[in-house]
Amino acid sequence: MNRIARGSLLGIEHMEVAEIVGLLRLARRMNPLKPRPLLRGKRVLLLFYEASTRTRSSFEIAAKSMGAMTTLVLSSGSSIEKGESLLDTAYTLRAVGADLIVVRHPHAGAPLLMATHLDIPVLNAGDGMHEHPTQALLDAYTILRHKKSIKGLQVAIVGDIYHSRVARSAIHLLSKFGARITLCGPPEFLPEVATSLAPGLHITRTAEDAIRGGDVIMVLRVQKERLAGMKIRLQDYIARYQMTMTRLKLAKRDALVMHPGPIIRGLELTWEVADCPQSVIVEEVRNGVPVRMAILAKALGRAR
Amino acid sequence: MARDKSNSLLIRGGRVIDPAAKIDALMDVLLRDGRIAEISPPNKIRGGADEKFDARGLIVAPGFIDLHVHLREPGQAYKETIATGTAAAAAGGFTSVCCMPNTHPVLDSSEWIAWAQQPERGAVVNVFPVAAATHASKGAALTDFRGLQRAGAVAVTDDGRPILSEDIMRETLRVAAEINLPVIQHAEDTRMTENCSMNDGPTAFRLGLRGMKAAAEASIVERDVQLAQQFTGARLHVAHLSTADALKAVRRGKRGRTRVTCEVTPHHFTLIDENVGEYDTNFKMNPPLRSISDREALLVALADGTVDAIATDHAPHAPHEKIIEFERALFGITGLETALGIAITRLHREQKIPLARIVELFTAGPARVVDLRGRGTLVRGSYADATIFDPKKRWTFDASKSLSKSHNTPFNGWQLTGKVVATIVGGVIQYRA
Repeated sequence: MNRIARGSLLGIEHMEVAEIVGLLRLARRMNPLKPRPLLRGKRVLLLFYEASTRTRSSFEIAAKSMGAMTTLVLSSGSSIEKGESLLDTAYTLRAVGADLIVVRHPHAGAPLLMATHLDIPVLNAGDGMHEHPTQALLDAYTILRHKKSIKGLQVAIVGDIYHSRVARSAIHLLSKFGARITLCGPPEFLPEVATSLAPGLHITRTAEDAIRGGDVIMVLRVQKERLAGMKIRLQDYIARYQMTMTRLKLAKRDALVMHPGPIIRGLELTWEVADCPQSVIVEEVRNGVPVRMAILAKALGRAR
Repeated sequence: MARDKSNSLLIRGGRVIDPAAKIDALMDVLLRDGRIAEISPPNKIRGGADEKFDARGLIVAPGFIDLHVHLREPGQAYKETIATGTAAAAAGGFTSVCCMPNTHPVLDSSEWIAWAQQPERGAVVNVFPVAAATHASKGAALTDFRGLQRAGAVAVTDDGRPILSEDIMRETLRVAAEINLPVIQHAEDTRMTENCSMNDGPTAFRLGLRGMKAAAEASIVERDVQLAQQFTGARLHVAHLSTADALKAVRRGKRGRTRVTCEVTPHHFTLIDENVGEYDTNFKMNPPLRSISDREALLVALADGTVDAIATDHAPHAPHEKIIEFERALFGITGLETALGIAITRLHREQKIPLARIVELFTAGPARVVDLRGRGTLVRGSYADATIFDPKKRWTFDASKSLSKSHNTPFNGWQLTGKVVATIVGGVIQYRA
């Protein structure tokens, strides 16, 4: 296989702990209100083959606030609709002068394919069911704003783990930092094979067991767009796995409730849980900006 | 031109391994007028030959037969042609190949079966077409088995589009049994494998890819074995068998009186799903690379006689169909030129399976599956198809030098032991290393 373009961020799985620590440290020095013009003159291409609100806007704001020029290319309304291949689209964006490409794609491995055929950094903004590394980094950043260390924290990840790139990235990251991770969901959303993803993972089918004594409760959305004909009775799911205030009381008093968004109130969590004092769901979104500023600066070799 | 005109060839001093004739000894073999004229201990053959081949230190085997190749003609000559595919076959030691009907159009009429065998196609080895079992392989209406057989089809299959309907499969087996025609099934319950691009397991989960369960293969094999039991003379051949559970079904069938046979590919007995690594599409094929325990079960079955043939499932694809997102990339890899080297390296050197058994899997085994009379053996009177190879020769496979039009192989750069030295088809040396 070709070499991966320098500066690319494709997934958490193959990252070193030191590299992650470095990025989080850099993120703490980023001030979205008083940004330094580290990316002046740089062209950042945002290539989105899937819908996005948070990731796209925070990447764009992060890049622009540091002085970069950004261009957004969506699959609808571009030559992608005419059948242009991923690599040809990538070569085209390179040719118009992109210094870096942020890509979200419905197919796992698409950012890697680009990064092995380009000489500019590729940042994975979510690829199929594979990884969403910038989300995991901003989640780690958020946890560390409230907890001294990730090591030893009891983390419950509840919901549709099978279809979730957020879950895969989070599991890799939290496991590298020594969290005790319990995965929870029905077999359709959480096959037994999930424990092979990282060392020391536990599975439970009972939400109460997963939440009890937890430091961090990570709730995932039921991904209707990826169910691919899977039959799941939402009423049963809600009855057994929805995050309610009653269930949340089983966690530690200072537990954090996290969710990568978009949240569907009334499905994976109740209205009250979404807005409760332990919820850091909005803070996660806010933290996405400095974390992505750090990632962009590092990728373009402007991290100072 | 001299070589083409020469009508006798003496292969001298080689170790002849002919499992069908139970021969494993130093022998000379005289080929004349397209047939094996004589096979005798060294220096016993009297009279001259137009050409002599010094086979000292080499194995002389019946010509290899590949039951499962995709030659892509008609319709997809950009991937492969019958000429380039058979050139690759000759380089791999194959003197006969059975080509699959999933072309454009599908090989579902006697006209197309005849077309595939015409000299204009430029084949350098024998081509035995396998015809579609249903019109356009749509799984609805059976094709004219008798007419297809008369035109030269050696079996029927809807390869790549498995026959899911129990009624159609029963009817296929019943009608084929009347004329002693084997039915080849690509065993995959496609209702269970929608949107899947590799084997179900830890690697698929890690990569975020939907996985094909072993049960999707095994359930069809189990059903087909049961259906085949219902008709005297029905012959079921399981293509590219890849799972331990499917093997169990084949064993059950064989223990009963069912005529069930199966083939295994070099990639399935060599690689596992983990080798997909980071979305390497040269490791994407269907059936997919399976778990380590499936591979172990295949190795046992190759050694103990459960498996009838090694077949390559040679499936050439162009770069634009492979150097794309893993989930969108087409299934299939090339395999003709690496099959023998991999078989000797993995099965003989590592697994200690005797060379004679490996030769059987390339010759007598596949010849029996599709009844290629006079092939798969070197007994006097057989067709003059022979494969001469050096079982100790170490070499490195370089995909860029492949004779196939396509280079989608997982074995590029592999160091292999065992190399084809010459491939003789109908008495003519079609490939010489």
